[in-house]
Amino acid sequence: MINGVSIYEILTLTSIMFFIGVYGFFTRKNLIAMLVSVELILNSAAVNFVIINKYMFPGKLGGDIFSIFIIAVAAAETALALAIIINLYRLIMSVKTKDLETMKY
Amino acid sequence: MERVFFYFIAVAIIVFAFMAVTNRNMMRSIIYLLFVLIGVSSIYFMIEYNFLGAVQLTVYAGGIIILYINSIMLIEKIGTPMEKVKTVRKVVAGIISVFGLALTLFAIYSYPFQTVKSGNVTTVSQIGQALLGYGNNGYVLPFEVISILLLAAMVGAIMIAKTEKK
Repeated sequence: MINGVSIYEILTLTSIMFFIGVYGFFTRKNLIAMLVSVELILNSAAVNFVIINKYMFPGKLGGDIFSIFIIAVAAAETALALAIIINLYRLIMSVKTKDLETMKY
Repeated sequence: MERVFFYFIAVAIIVFAFMAVTNRNMMRSIIYLLFVLIGVSSIYFMIEYNFLGAVQLTVYAGGIIILYINSIMLIEKIGTPMEKVKTVRKVVAGIISVFGLALTLFAIYSYPFQTVKSGNVTTVSQIGQALLGYGNNGYVLPFEVISILLLAAMVGAIMIAKTEKK
C-alpha cells in the first residue's frame, strides 16, 4: 500500500475517472472518441480491482489476475471495434453516430 | 513523500482524462489518453504490483494507443476538428455524471473498509503459478476462457476487415 494514502482517496480518484469516461461517452459523436471513453471506464475498473485486493486482501491474487484479464479483454475489444469502424468507414465514408442507421449494409 | 507524489499523479490523471474526452482534435485526445494510461501504470508501480504495471505499459500504452493512432490516420485527415457539442447535451451529460459521482462517493465514504497493513510484494512467479494452478488459488479456467476469447477476437477481426473480391 502507498504510505499515507488511504483506500478512500484512491477510490475517489477512480470514481472521478469513471464518470469522466461516462461524460465523454454521452457527449462524443465520433465512434473512435466514444471508444476512448470506454477505455477510461475499463481502466478505472481495473484499478479498483487492484486497489481493493492490495488494501483488504493482501495475501491473495484475485484482483491482480482479473486486472490482467480486463486488460486482455480491452485489447480484444479495441481491435475488434476498430476493425468494425474501419470497415464501416469504407462502406459509408463516415464514423459519426448520426450517419449510422444500420450495421448490415 | 509518497503522498505528495500520489496527489501529483492523481491530479494529472484527472486533468488529462478530462482533456481526453473534451478535446476536439482526435489525435490530441488519443495522446492525452496515453498520459492517463501512463499515470495509471505509475499507480500500479506505487502499490508494488510491478508485473501489472509493466503489462499496462506494454499492452495499453504500447499496443492499443498505436492501434488508435493507425486507425485515425486511416480514417480522417489529421487536424480536422470534430464538430462542436451542443450545450444542452453537455449540461445533461454533466448533470448525469455529477449525480452518479455523488452517489458513488456517498456509497464509498459510508462503507467502513477494513484495510490490512502488509508489505509483501507479489512476484511474477506467484502470478504465473496462480494463472496455471487448478487448486485452491488457481485461475486456470478463466485463463483458458481468455485464450479462447483472444483467438475468437483475432479471427473475427480478420473476417471483418477482409475485403470481398468482386
